[in-house]
Amino acid sequence: MLAMNYRGPKRVRIDHKPMPEILHPEDAIVRVVRSCICGSDLHLYNGNVPDTRVGSTFGHEFVGVVEEIGPDVQKLKVGDKVIVPFNIACGKCAFCKQELYGNCHEANSQASAVGGIFGYSHTAGGYNGGQAEYVRVPYADVGPTVIPEGMDLDDAVMLTDVVPTGYQAAEMGGIQKGDTVVVFGAGPIGIMAAKCSWLFGAGRVIVIDKEEYRLEFARNYSQCEAYNFMEMDDPAVFVKKTTDWMGADVCIDAVGAEAAGNVLQTITGRKLLLQAGSATALHWAINSVKKGGIVSIVGVYGPTDNLVPIGNVVNKGITIRANQASVKRLLPRLIDHVMNGVIKPKQLITHRVPLEEVADAYRIFSDKLDNCIKPVLIPPSANM
Amino acid sequence: MEDTTKDYSHINGWGIDADPKNDPTYPMKRRTNEEHSGYSWERPPQQPINMEVLHSIERPNISAVFGTAMPPSGLSGMIRRFAFKHSENSYLHWLPLLLADRVNVVEGIIEDFKEGKAPNIFAEKGYPAEWKYEKGSLVTKMAVGAAVVGVAVLMFAGEKKRKKWFYNLMER
Repeated sequence: MLAMNYRGPKRVRIDHKPMPEILHPEDAIVRVVRSCICGSDLHLYNGNVPDTRVGSTFGHEFVGVVEEIGPDVQKLKVGDKVIVPFNIACGKCAFCKQELYGNCHEANSQASAVGGIFGYSHTAGGYNGGQAEYVRVPYADVGPTVIPEGMDLDDAVMLTDVVPTGYQAAEMGGIQKGDTVVVFGAGPIGIMAAKCSWLFGAGRVIVIDKEEYRLEFARNYSQCEAYNFMEMDDPAVFVKKTTDWMGADVCIDAVGAEAAGNVLQTITGRKLLLQAGSATALHWAINSVKKGGIVSIVGVYGPTDNLVPIGNVVNKGITIRANQASVKRLLPRLIDHVMNGVIKPKQLITHRVPLEEVADAYRIFSDKLDNCIKPVLIPPSANM
Repeated sequence: MEDTTKDYSHINGWGIDADPKNDPTYPMKRRTNEEHSGYSWERPPQQPINMEVLHSIERPNISAVFGTAMPPSGLSGMIRRFAFKHSENSYLHWLPLLLADRVNVVEGIIEDFKEGKAPNIFAEKGYPAEWKYEKGSLVTKMAVGAAVVGVAVLMFAGEKKRKKWFYNLMER
C-alpha cells in the first residue's frame, strides 16, 4: 500500500509499505478515504517532537471504510464508513471511565503523560497514522463512530480532530454568556475555537495571528474580530486596552510549540529545542487574561523540559484547563451541530491533494503557501 | 466593561451550548471511587509482545496495545534504550531521544542507499510546491545553502587552496 514516509526534519515522501495487520482481537483495518495534515503534524515534520523515528507514517485525522475486524470487535462491521478519533482509547481504564479518552492508560507504553495517538511519534505510542491507504485501528469498538447517512466525507474528516479540539478549547474556557474570548492563533483549530466560542454564549470573540490571509479567513468564517500582532506593540497591552483595561475573560492558546513573535522563545524553543517549544502564545494568553479568568490550552507542546513542563500539562489535562480533545465524548453533540448546519467544518478545507503528492502538501501547509488553511489528502484507493 | 446586552442572534447557534455550571474557576469533580484503588481496572487483552517495545519507567508494564511502527534499531536504537532507563521527568530521557532522532536521519539515508535508492531530497522537501508558489524564497534559500557549503568547503580546503581561491577572486 502507499503511505507517507518520514525521512527526517522537513523531509517526507510517499512509499510502498506493508499492509497493516490485525495484531489484537479488538483491532480493525480501515481503508482511508480522507486524511488531513494537522498543524500538530508540523511539529513532527519540523523535528521538534522527540522519538519521531525515520520510516514512520503520520496522520491522526482520517476517515475511512472498515475492511477487516478482529474477533472481539462487536460494534463495527466490514463496510462501515467511520470517523476515527485521533486518540486511541481502551474504554476500560480509570481515565477512559472519566471520559478522558485523550488520556487512556492502555494505548501508549512509551510515555505516561500522553495517551496513544495515530501517527504521532513513539512518544505518543508508535502507531502508524492515516496518511496512507490503510491503517490499523486499535480498540475499534471504542473510538470509531459510523458516519451518519448524508454527512459529507469532508465534514466527517474534520470531526476527527479540528472540530472537537476547537470546541473543547471553548468548552474548557468555561465561557459564560457575554464573556470576551481571545484566541491566539488563526490556524484551523483557532478558527474553530473562535466559531465554537459563540455556541457557549460569548459576547465578543477576538482572534490574534500574524498572517493576514488567515485573519481574513477567521473574520469571515468565525464572525469574529481579528488582529495582526505584527501591528501591535504588545499583544497583552492590546487586549487590556480593548477590554477597558480588565483583560479577557477567557484566553485560548491554539498555537503551541511553534509560535512566532518572540526571538528568545524562537531560539531556545524552536531552534535549539531546549524547552518544550516556543511558549510565546501561552505567555500572551496568561498575561492577557483578566484576574480570575481562564486560560484554555489546546496548542501542542513538546515534552522536553522548560520552566514548566507545559506539554505534560496539556497531555495530562491538569487544571489550568488544557487537554487533548476527548473526541469520543464530544462526537454525538458535534455530529448534531454539523447535521443541523450550526458548524460547517468542510469550509476550512482549502487544498485537496492526492496522497502521492504528500511532500508538496506538507510544504504548502508548513510555509503557508497559496493561502492554505487546511489540506486534505486523498489516497488513490479512496474511490469516493 | 463591554456591553453584554448586544443581540447575537444573527450568529447561527449562539448560546446553544451555554452552561453556567461549567465555570472552571469553581472546583469540579467527576471521578469514581474506584480510582482510589490505583492501577486496578480490568485490562484489555495484551497484544502479543513479539518485538522490542520500550516503555516508560513511570508505568509498570507495556500497555495492552502498542504501536509497531519502527522498533528501535542501530545506533539510534541504542541511544533510545539508554533514554528509556530514565524517567520522563528527566533531561536524560528527552535529550537523548532528540539526539537519536538526528542519528536516525543519517541511518535512513544509509538504508536508502543500501536498498539501491538515492533519496530525492529536493522532492522530499516539497520544493516543487515552493517553486510553484514562492520562487523568490526558494532561490534565496538555495543561494544561502550554496554559500554555506562554499564557505565550509573553503574552511576544509587547506591554506594554500584558500589563498589561491582568494587571489583568483580578487583578480577578477
